[in-house]
Formats: sequence, C-alpha cells, structure tokens
Amino acid sequence: MPCSLKFLLPAMILAGSVAALAQSQPRVYPGLGTPLSQADIQSFDRMIGPEGKELPPGRGTAKEGAAIFAKRCEICHGKGTNEENGLLRSLVIGSPGKPYRGAFYGEERNGPSYYPYATIAWDYINRAMPPSNPGSLAPNDVYAVVAFLYYWNGIIKENDVMDEKTLPKVVMPNRNGFVPAVPVYPPEKKPSWY
Amino acid sequence: MNSNRSSRRRFLKQTAALAGVATGAGLAVRGQSAQAQHLHGELPRRGARYTIDHMTHYTPLQDYAGIITPASLHFMQQHSSEFPEIDVRQHRLTIHGLVDRPLSFTVEELKQLPSVSRIHFLECHGNSSPAIHGAGDPNLGLPVQFIHGMTSCSEWTGVPLSVLLKEAGLQKEASWLVSEGGDAGKFSHTLPLAKAMEDVIVAYGQNGEPLRVEQGYPVRLVVPGWEAPFSVKYLTHVKVVDQPYMAWNESMNHSVTRPDLRDKARWYHFQFGPKSVVTRPSAGLEMLRGYAQITGLAWSGAGVINKVEVSTDGGGSWKEAKRHAPVLPRAHTRFTFDWAWDGQEAVIQSRCTDEAGEVQPSLAELSKDWGMHLEDWKKTPRPRAIHFNAIQPWKIARDGSISDAMFA
Ligand code: HEC
Repeated sequence: MPCSLKFLLPAMILAGSVAALAQSQPRVYPGLGTPLSQADIQSFDRMIGPEGKELPPGRGTAKEGAAIFAKRCEICHGKGTNEENGLLRSLVIGSPGKPYRGAFYGEERNGPSYYPYATIAWDYINRAMPPSNPGSLAPNDVYAVVAFLYYWNGIIKENDVMDEKTLPKVVMPNRNGFVPAVPVYPPEKKPSWY
Repeated sequence: MNSNRSSRRRFLKQTAALAGVATGAGLAVRGQSAQAQHLHGELPRRGARYTIDHMTHYTPLQDYAGIITPASLHFMQQHSSEFPEIDVRQHRLTIHGLVDRPLSFTVEELKQLPSVSRIHFLECHGNSSPAIHGAGDPNLGLPVQFIHGMTSCSEWTGVPLSVLLKEAGLQKEASWLVSEGGDAGKFSHTLPLAKAMEDVIVAYGQNGEPLRVEQGYPVRLVVPGWEAPFSVKYLTHVKVVDQPYMAWNESMNHSVTRPDLRDKARWYHFQFGPKSVVTRPSAGLEMLRGYAQITGLAWSGAGVINKVEVSTDGGGSWKEAKRHAPVLPRAHTRFTFDWAWDGQEAVIQSRCTDEAGEVQPSLAELSKDWGMHLEDWKKTPRPRAIHFNAIQPWKIARDGSISDAMFA
C-alpha cells in the first residue's frame, strides 16, 4: 500500500493525542454507571440533528404516505389536504409558492411548512405520533408520511423520494424565518430574556 | 342561560360575602363559581384543564403562603396527556454523544453520587399569556390561579448534571445537549452546554420526597431560571452534540413570531425576565374595608430579587414592599405590603427589580419593546405571546369586587 505509513502515522498520533487530551481527566466516581457500547447507543438514539446524520436507512413517497396517513393519522389531523380538518389543527397550511411563516396576531402557527429543517417532521413523527402508539411506524412509513406532508404543503413534488440522503437536503421555505438564524448562548442581544 | 348564570352568581356572591363577614377575614372569595366557592375555607387545590393535546395543572397562588409550593400543588403540563408508568429499577439515564465514556446510570447510582438541594422556581413559557387573561370561564375558579398559576417553587434534590458530564468526559466539539424523556411522546429539548455546566440538576427529590409522577418520577432535569420545557421530565437520555438540535419543541411548538423581529420567530427563549404578581387580593376575591395586607410573589431568571414595589393608585406612585427571607436566586420571593382599603375604587399592582438591575415592565413598556401598540392587545383572539412578564394590575371596585385590569 503506497498510501503511506508516512502519512498515516502522524494522523494516528494526532488522533491518539486528542483522545488522550479528552481522557486526561480521569473519572472521579469510577464504578458508578455502566459503559455503553456503540450498539447500545444505536438501539436507543433517535435524536435527529438538522443534517440528518442519525437518520436510519429507508425510503418513501407521497403516494405511499397518503395511504398510511389515511389509516393512522386522518382521524385526528383530517385529510391532510387544505380542505378538510380533523379534530386538530390541519397539518397543511401553506401552498406551493406560499409557505406558511407563522403569525403573531391571532392565527395559530403550525404545520410542517413552518419547520426550519426537513428533519424535524421525521424526528417528531417518529418519536411521538400517533399518540396512541408512538414508535410504531417503521422508518419507511415515516419517510412516506413526511413525503406526503411536504408534498401537500407544496415543498416537494409528488414523485420525489424521501430517504436518509434526500430528506435532509430538502430546503424548507421558512428556513430564514427565525431570529437569530442559528441560536447562540448566551444571546448576543440585551437584555438576556428579550 | 345568561341571566340564569348571573342570578346564580349573584346568589353565590351574597353567600360568599356572608362567609367572609362571618369569619372576619379581610377577603372573601367572590362567588365566581361553584368551584371557587368550594375552594374557600377548604384545602387549596390545584386546578386542571384538559384538552386533546395538553393536560395542565395550575398552582392555587391565591391560597398558599411562603415560597414553597407543595408538590401536590405544583403546576404541570403534560403533552401526551398520560403519565408514564416507569419501573424505577428498570429506569436508566444515559449520557452519550460527544463524550469519551458513554455511560448509563441507574437511579440508585444517581443517588449515590454527590447531591445538592436547591430552591428554584419553574415556570411555563406560556404562563400569564395574554390569551388566558379574562378567559372568563366561571367554572374554572379563581383567576390568579389560572392566569399566573403555571409557576411554582420547590426545593429540588439531585446530582448536578455537570458531575455526570465530567464522568462521561466531554469532547472538544461538545457545545449543546439534547435531552429526552421516557413519556409516551419522548419529549425532547436542546440545552446549551454552558448552562448544563453551571447549575442544572438531575433531580430525584422535591420538597423532601421522591418526585411525583406528574413531576417526572423517577428523575428529571431542573434548569433554574429558564422556561420549564428545558426541564425535561422522566429523563432517559442526554446526548452531547456540537450544535443546537432544533427539536420540534423549540423550533416549532414554542417559537413565536414578533413584530419587532419583522414577523420572524424567536426560538430558544432561555431565561425569564423579572416578574411579580400580587396573589392576594387578586381577581376573584372580594375586598372588605379596613386593614388589608397585600402579598405576592416575585422571581427572575437572572437571580435574586433586589426590590419589590407596590402601587395602590394605578401606577401613579410606588412604595417599597417588604421582601421576606429567604430571598434566593432563581426562586420565588414572598413580599408583603401593609394597606388599608377605604372603599374607593383602586388599582393595585407590584413590580420588581432583579439583581441584574432589570425592572419588570409595564404593559406599555413591554409592548414598545416588542414593536406593538397598546391597542394591538384588544384584537381577538389576542396576540400570542410567551415570556409575558408585564406588571399585573388588579382593579378593586366600590362593591369590593376585584377584576383583572391588564387589558382593561
Ligand atoms: C389521537 C390523535 C392523533 C393521531 C391519530 C395522530 N396525531 Fe399527530 N398530533 C396529535 C396531537 C394532539 C398533536 C399535538 C401534540 C402537542 O401539541 O404536543 C399532534 C401533532 C402532530 C404534528 C405536529 C404538528 C405541528 O403543528 O407541528 C405532526 C407533524 C403530526 N402530529 C403528525 C402525525 C402523523 C403523521 C400521524 C399518523 C402517523 C399522526 N400525527 C397521528 C394527535 C394525533
């Protein structure tokens, strides 16, 4: 392998030293707490960041999502289209070219067209919906209902496939609807509670 | 229907006033409803509201004394509307993500670690929200409870989150955390690492007893001075990450657009500003002439309450109230003020100043800050607002009835 020990060696030393640095503070209370393996963590980690790095493999389309939505979501959320509402606020509030951006005066702000990142609907539906049996949707089902909701909100096209690669790349229409664009702590503006 | 209701009210009002005279109290419960009537002279009760997406308990601020809210009266808001049944022996708290030694702790192990006990308030970000002022449902009891009762104050016991994070060994890029609860909806919320290292508690005790199930049994986060959604209940996982994770709660559910932000939304509301409210006399109670102690609570996310002032002339003049020990950082502070009611119309209110020097704003000041006009609050439905800390005026009419004058 010409791809050089020379090159690899310093990299290994560097990686080793960073780890050593972080490890340099030994445990104060060893013996308490059980170490977790990577497999342990994968079995429970369902927190999806904005880049979707943690998304599991899977795929779905709006058409598939429509069928699942009708069976498992419609009773509470209505038909998912703009026309009919269920018991709750509708999940479709934007329309192509006119995404919903939230409101201060009166109107409720809700629905996926408000979300800053495409991964948020995936994370939330996967963890919390339907309320009677959260976690019961398989990854493919979640990709499909998310595709359905984004299609009905005018964010993607009917035949777009949502999977772990395409979903995080969907540009949400309200991405710049938040202040500050990237939350910081402590906030730069005074007073701190504004 | 309406006339029926008002004649029932009149009847209750008369009997309530009689009860007040009979016990010689300076205040009597105004006959707002059968429930309010029931409250008088009985154990204070939490009030509850249930909707399809929320279950809420309100602290009866008008009825309790001192600064510690009994655990049974602590406010609560539950999203998936059911309490999880967690077997404490099976429960685990994991610390993972950008750490060198991902760890899982049992509740027994957490109790073995060094503990702290600290008194802190918690408050819902939507407490006192304009939408619930004067909601006027006569079956819901005393208004101060249902307007401002989504704040409570307890002694929390647990292990500092910083201890657990150090045990796991933070990596260089670590800057935020995402925490997750073991309720059905697996409530999740992001927290800046700097705050986690400062004063956040992984609590298993409240006011000397184990957490109650409404409060997150067996363990929860307590994030002092910050809006309560950060204080995740039924805590199961803390994942260390390198950026804010934008969970649904902070980026959608709890964000609010504001005119001064050009109709963009502010996400991540962290710390609460200075806030106080007169809890007695307050709307729904009834004034009797003569000596009347004004009492209430003041608190701030910034730390200690340095001053509380009371006005009995609609904000024309202010006098300093007495703050009662203990006066603690990020805790409710009890205040009292001696007064005598002469039977004339009056508007009473309190305002506080915190250790950062911030003064609780009037509605006019707050509106200006937010790029609004006072008339905007007259729209129906009222504008949505969170972290609403405007001074609360209560109006006393000549007949002794007390009403909410915030938007009057
Ligand atoms: C039993 C009624 C019910 C069913 C069935 C249900 N939901 Fe929900 N859904 C709710 C409630 C209640 C909320 C609001 C939760 C809250 O505020 O904490 C909600 C919220 C949501 C939201 C967030 C709404 C917003 O404005 O951001 C999404 C997205 C969602 N549900 C998707 C789904 C999907 C997809 C399904 C089917 C797999 C589903 N729901 C089934 C009751 C239901």
